[in-house]
Amino acid sequence: MGVPSLTRPRVRTEPAAPLRRTLGERLSPYGFIAPFFVLFAAFGLYPLIWTAWDSLHRVELTNLHKSSWVGLSNYTYLIHDRYFWNAFWNTMTLGVVSTVPQLLMALGLAHLLNKRLRAGLFWRVAVLAPYATSVAAVTIVFAELYGRDYGAVNYVLHTLFGIGNVDFVNTKWPGQIAIASIVVWRWTGYNALIYLAAMQTIPVERYEAAAVDGASRWRLFRDVTLPGLRPTILFTIVVSTIGATQLFGEPMLFQGGGPSPELGGSDRQYQTLSMYFYERGFADRHLGRAAAIAWAMFLIVVLFAAAYAYLLRRIRPDGEAGQ
Amino acid sequence: MGGVRAKVVAAVVAVAAALVLSGCADSADGAGAGRTTLKVRLFGTFGYQEAGLFDKYMAEHPDIKIEYSTIQDSGQYWTALQTSLSTESGLGDVQGIEVSEITDATVNMADSFVDLGPLGANALQNQYYPWKWAQGLTPDGKVLGLGTDIGPEAMCYRRDLFAKAGLPTARADVAALWKNGWDGYVAAGERFKAAGLPGSSWTDTASGMFNAMIGQSPDQYYDASGRLIYDRNPAVANAWAEAMKIAAGGLSARLTQFTPAWNQAFTSGQFATVACPSWMIGFIKGQTGSLANRWDVTTAPGGTGNWGGSYLAVPKASKHQQQAADLAVWLASAPQQVAVFEKTGNFPSNRLAAADPAVRDFSDTYFGDVADPAPIGRIFGDAAGRLPAAVLGARDSVVKDLITKGGITRVEAQGQDPAKSWAKVVRDVTAATG
Repeated sequence: MGVPSLTRPRVRTEPAAPLRRTLGERLSPYGFIAPFFVLFAAFGLYPLIWTAWDSLHRVELTNLHKSSWVGLSNYTYLIHDRYFWNAFWNTMTLGVVSTVPQLLMALGLAHLLNKRLRAGLFWRVAVLAPYATSVAAVTIVFAELYGRDYGAVNYVLHTLFGIGNVDFVNTKWPGQIAIASIVVWRWTGYNALIYLAAMQTIPVERYEAAAVDGASRWRLFRDVTLPGLRPTILFTIVVSTIGATQLFGEPMLFQGGGPSPELGGSDRQYQTLSMYFYERGFADRHLGRAAAIAWAMFLIVVLFAAAYAYLLRRIRPDGEAGQ
Repeated sequence: MGGVRAKVVAAVVAVAAALVLSGCADSADGAGAGRTTLKVRLFGTFGYQEAGLFDKYMAEHPDIKIEYSTIQDSGQYWTALQTSLSTESGLGDVQGIEVSEITDATVNMADSFVDLGPLGANALQNQYYPWKWAQGLTPDGKVLGLGTDIGPEAMCYRRDLFAKAGLPTARADVAALWKNGWDGYVAAGERFKAAGLPGSSWTDTASGMFNAMIGQSPDQYYDASGRLIYDRNPAVANAWAEAMKIAAGGLSARLTQFTPAWNQAFTSGQFATVACPSWMIGFIKGQTGSLANRWDVTTAPGGTGNWGGSYLAVPKASKHQQQAADLAVWLASAPQQVAVFEKTGNFPSNRLAAADPAVRDFSDTYFGDVADPAPIGRIFGDAAGRLPAAVLGARDSVVKDLITKGGITRVEAQGQDPAKSWAKVVRDVTAATG
């Protein structure tokens, strides 16, 4: 609030200041942020509205110009569509199995990286390396590792635990855990660095004061580090949730090829919402139905975001939340 | 100053908006010095590049430059092609179309492709297998697709594994195992299984056998009027029943075709037989280069059948329709189809090419004994000569995938009840085509 109240009286006392100048000054911030909004309008808003329009029609991919109005029937279809709910629950379980261990491990990793380490920069870059690799390449490697007959994972399971060959591609929970492991591998380091950055903003005095009071290392982590990280943790949960809702590449490529990967396994055991969207839109070519799925996904993300926003307000009662 | 800044701001906004809203302008035609560039977009291995045909054509036509690209997976290719067609961007001048999608193209996308007939294709009509020619026509008789290869069926088998299991290894004796059709094939599989070779199954997947059986039937998933009949066609029910014997009877290696695990299994000997359309010959050689003379080829149960094969088409969006048609006609002509067969094993759809001694008398030294190489020209030629004219449907590939990748795999690899799995197939197909 400080800056405008200082300048305003000065402007008033200088009536000679030309109007055009103040107009330019007033407009220029908008000009600088305009490219983002133009891009957003073209690649975000326009598709969003167009998708909403399509979701009220029967449109086929092969004949975009011929569409017929069907009202909300694409949405009512979804409510009774068991494959939609199957994809919804798969997305939720995959989200939980990938997000929870991912963030816990990231927290631990950040805690380790926050200590004085030899070659600290090396370790920090190293944990980010999986994030920089392509989904396709990573998934193809993991698909080999999880292979039924020659996969390394099955070799380890067999030699250590005597478990017979697990057919990850054709079983529900092993398949979902395997897919989640790809997500965990790619994103743990990324979240660890975010936590690390937040940890380094926690004032050293708090640790010193607690140490003087005789707090153990665990208590330091629990009572100083974690409270300091709360908004950051919530932020990573929001971002991971949005990512998990849109999970596509990993389960799509996990089968290593073959026909109809968008089914997510022959019994749709790991078909996510994005894959179901792809199936209806691009395999079956019902763009209207696909558009309705896309909007349902959007709605789910908005609901999650609203829930988190509510939580965020609850956990920051001190009024710091104003920014 | 302020005025200038406001103008700069306005200009920045305008330029940004213009860049965004105009999209990419049509790129220049890319034909230096009066040469016409023809973009050829295919999937898998058509064999033109491999047989040096593009280079040959460019040498004979100095005014033409060919830009070739291929996508390995035909499903991905088809999805991308549909998107390109509906937005009229990113299209080639010549596009490949697979047989399980050709009816989709002739019925649903006829307006997007050029009639090749008057552009030179009609001269080839009498050279084609009549059914192959007919499949490329639109309902009103325009030539949308010009046939490249067909997929006459044979059976490939591992001689070494057959010998270990106490089965005959000579081609005629192996064919005699299933002289009464697929029941004989399943019975031979029971014998192979009883021999108990560790790590080896009778076949790769029941899906391969299912596709081969469907390819032997004139009626498949649709009737001639375009209605779905897969759920009441006895041929489909029969193929499903035989496939269930393989899937539920433990006769398959429970693999999915065209996955890395399947590719590896060719070398590791995880299966002793695989349904072998002609294009599988090149595929096996590519996977198991070091295993020459382990595999052999013989007549399929039932003796004939078609699985696969493709077409060339020219989108209306092409700016060089006549030149593109000229290239397609040249590629579809007998000498070129012979050259492709010699290089890849893709069997000619052009009967002149199929009758050419270079095809008819071709023996592949990779298959069979060194002293007695497999006469694949004769095996596939005989199968091709007896092919039924199949009725195809617009969504054949979708129905096929939902039955094989969905229905059969659920029984084969997940141990589900066949009747329940079939019920899911019906639900899936209804949702996909409704």
